[in-house]
Amino acid sequence: MKSETTFQSTTMAPPVESPVHEPPVDRPAGRPRSNIGLVRPDGRGFLVDWLTTVDHKKIGIMYFVFAMGFFLVGGIEALLIRAQLAVAENNLVSPQTYNQLFTMHGTTMIFLAVMPLSSAFFNLLIPLQIGARDVAFPRLNAFSLWTFVAGAVIINLSWFFQAAEALGWFGVAGGHTDMVPAVGWFGYAPLTMTEYSGIGTDFWIFGLQVLGIASIAAALNFIVTIINFRAPGMKMMRLPVFTWMTLITSLLIIFAFPPITVALGQVMFDRFFGTSFFNVEGGGQPILWQHLFWIFGHPEVYILILPAMGIISEILPTFSRKPLFGYSLVVFSGAVIGFLGFAVWSHHMFTTGLGKVATAAFSLLTMAIAVPTGVKIFNWIGTLWGGRIKFSVPMVLALGFIFMFMMGGFSGIMHSSAPADAQQQDSYFVVAHFHYVLIGGSILAILAGTYFWLPKFTGRMWYGSLGYWMSGLVLVGFNLTFFPMHFLGLIGMPRRTHSYLEGTGWQPLNIVCTIGAFLLAFGILLFLIDLIRTVRKGPPAGDDPWDGRTLEWSIPSPPPVYNFAKTPVVKARDALWADKHGSSRQKLGGVESGSHGIHMPSNSWMPLVASAGLLLVGVSMALKQAGVPFCGYLAIGGLVITTVGIYLWALEGPGGYHLHPRPNEGGARS
Amino acid sequence: MSSPAAEAHAHAAEHPVEHMPTGLNTKKLIMWLFLASDCMFFGTLITTHLIYRKIYANLGVDPIEIFDIELTTASSFILLMSSLFMALAVSAIHKGNVKSFRWNLIGVIVFGGLFLAGQVYEFNHFVHYSGLTLESGTFGSTFYLMTGTHGVHVALGILWLLSWLIYSYTPRFNSAEHAIDVETAGLYWHFVDIVWIVIFTAVYLIEYV
Repeated sequence: MKSETTFQSTTMAPPVESPVHEPPVDRPAGRPRSNIGLVRPDGRGFLVDWLTTVDHKKIGIMYFVFAMGFFLVGGIEALLIRAQLAVAENNLVSPQTYNQLFTMHGTTMIFLAVMPLSSAFFNLLIPLQIGARDVAFPRLNAFSLWTFVAGAVIINLSWFFQAAEALGWFGVAGGHTDMVPAVGWFGYAPLTMTEYSGIGTDFWIFGLQVLGIASIAAALNFIVTIINFRAPGMKMMRLPVFTWMTLITSLLIIFAFPPITVALGQVMFDRFFGTSFFNVEGGGQPILWQHLFWIFGHPEVYILILPAMGIISEILPTFSRKPLFGYSLVVFSGAVIGFLGFAVWSHHMFTTGLGKVATAAFSLLTMAIAVPTGVKIFNWIGTLWGGRIKFSVPMVLALGFIFMFMMGGFSGIMHSSAPADAQQQDSYFVVAHFHYVLIGGSILAILAGTYFWLPKFTGRMWYGSLGYWMSGLVLVGFNLTFFPMHFLGLIGMPRRTHSYLEGTGWQPLNIVCTIGAFLLAFGILLFLIDLIRTVRKGPPAGDDPWDGRTLEWSIPSPPPVYNFAKTPVVKARDALWADKHGSSRQKLGGVESGSHGIHMPSNSWMPLVASAGLLLVGVSMALKQAGVPFCGYLAIGGLVITTVGIYLWALEGPGGYHLHPRPNEGGARS
Repeated sequence: MSSPAAEAHAHAAEHPVEHMPTGLNTKKLIMWLFLASDCMFFGTLITTHLIYRKIYANLGVDPIEIFDIELTTASSFILLMSSLFMALAVSAIHKGNVKSFRWNLIGVIVFGGLFLAGQVYEFNHFVHYSGLTLESGTFGSTFYLMTGTHGVHVALGILWLLSWLIYSYTPRFNSAEHAIDVETAGLYWHFVDIVWIVIFTAVYLIEYV
């Protein structure tokens, strides 16, 4: 406990971002000007405020809204796939459209829905859980958001070009007619060569490249925030588990994304400059793409699931009214999962003929990952055991998560055995497996987290039984959709096929899957309705509706713009729980911000400008491939915009003003 | 709302970089993490090159024939010396010696520029006299993408340091406040230099073994 006393003198750490620190002005002091004389966009209208905000809470909300939008787009794509497969020899969509649908469904759900939804939770929660004023680099955080939006727009803009092509407004002379990515979400070589796919692949390459920049920037920001911006006394082993999982996920991102960045760059060079990285004629080996892709792709799986595990680890103890069972083991298991996640990529490639030794090694390591995962599941069960369990929508979904995620884990262990995997590869069994871990895992946790933290960030409580109906419908619909797929896979139905013949015997189960998919979609619709009606007219939630354990519940709902009026001084793990129910020595301390108030950074246009340049680069490069004139110059123009944005960003400085929290201040001020 | 004295006190208390829980400077920490990430980036590029080099023992071109190892050795030495200037520049700004800082920074920029000029000469020579292009099989592909990416890193580093050189002539420049930023840029510069040592060994020298 001696370190805490040394922390007593620590004041709230303001974001140290730019070398130049403009003398802060008390607000409102006219219009704050930046170092280069531009007026900072503080205190403007609604739209400007949201476009230029550097507040982690607003950025988190925007991540959530954009990602939910793309989640719906990906869901509609999924429903079209299920409608096409409902009956044998169906021709609802053409084979080309079908390929585009499953490619875009996978890409959208992974990169534009689940990852940014996790980012939304990182943004909303991390500074609050560690007792900080904001993330370490607030403008970089805004840049991550807008760059994610830019990447998402690049990929999805392809649909409009496809529509234009269908209407005869746009075409590629002598080229392929697919303007939408149609190479599968893992874009195997040599399908991505110009001979085999159209500009859809270019939209895909540049979109993913831009998304990678967004992810790495955000991950760097969160690692630094978690390591360096903890409140006094918030030791690493006192961090909430969600914060720990964010840290591990962010580390996975910074190490997993560079290989895919290079691999996408290599495909781009193959397509634009005639290199032979994956071009067999020039000596390229398509198998190299698979290695590079899965070195990224497997850690990516954990990037999708670890934040979900963090959310569950917050919800279960709260509603069991017990501390998390085996906190250190849960944290350590998360770290082991992240570490082993880099050593199992070849289990996606068992059928490519790696050789016996490599196959056996990857098989063994894959089985090893089940151990820390199992440890976590047992710890969650241990948390429930003997607890005073209170059923609420987040809890129902969290319990559903444990069960559904375990089902996905069981089929995962089956895949880890190479001979069994040879039977399951590319069949619907695999489709069933990863939807169990991604919907039954990630999405259920995200829904649970939304119901758990919605009262905190909107100040309004959800009400009525709609949430329970939603949970039931989602769980039933989800199982109805994906459980039969195990059987479909085992009786030989291959994934990614546009239609199947009458006599295959796959018809009855496919109908069931399709009905389930529409039930699931209806459940998601109920979720959105409940979300909107809560935001519009939910009853006041209060600061701490769940008798929470972590610091975010110690401040008003919704949190004030400066987060903590006094910097919390943490005395125990589960800081707020210990404060409320622990001994007198575990009460939360508080450090006043002093006479100068709390320093707030100014809003900035520059992150948006820098991201807009990247949007221009991506779209122009894809259109350059289509032969549209001047697109090369436009791409260079985009790079210039980004560079100018970054320079102005550096020169303008963080700016800033001081806020004086009023006593007993309730709502957020902006 | 607060008196000038309180304001000054507040300003001092507001930069608690030294009070961070870990004692690490935030900017240096993010740079170290970025460099860790960049290791995977160059690791992938170099590995791709080495894998293809090993698979195809008989290239259309003989690397020893086309490499000008004397030139590359000289430019590698020049890049190494730029790192020495960088270290001196960081040391100078920490001591508040702006004049020495500027001259050493100019040294880094000039030597980095010389390295880039060597690379431009090398690429030009390879393309026009040795016939090694992006399109000549896997060796051309991996060689140019890898060394080219490194060259872009050097060029960005030069741009960054040049920006600091120009900024040091503006009234806002303050050596005490900006030493940490220059040091962060220095970390980047040294890293790019180290990557070149790996490339020089694993791509050039290994051909002569």
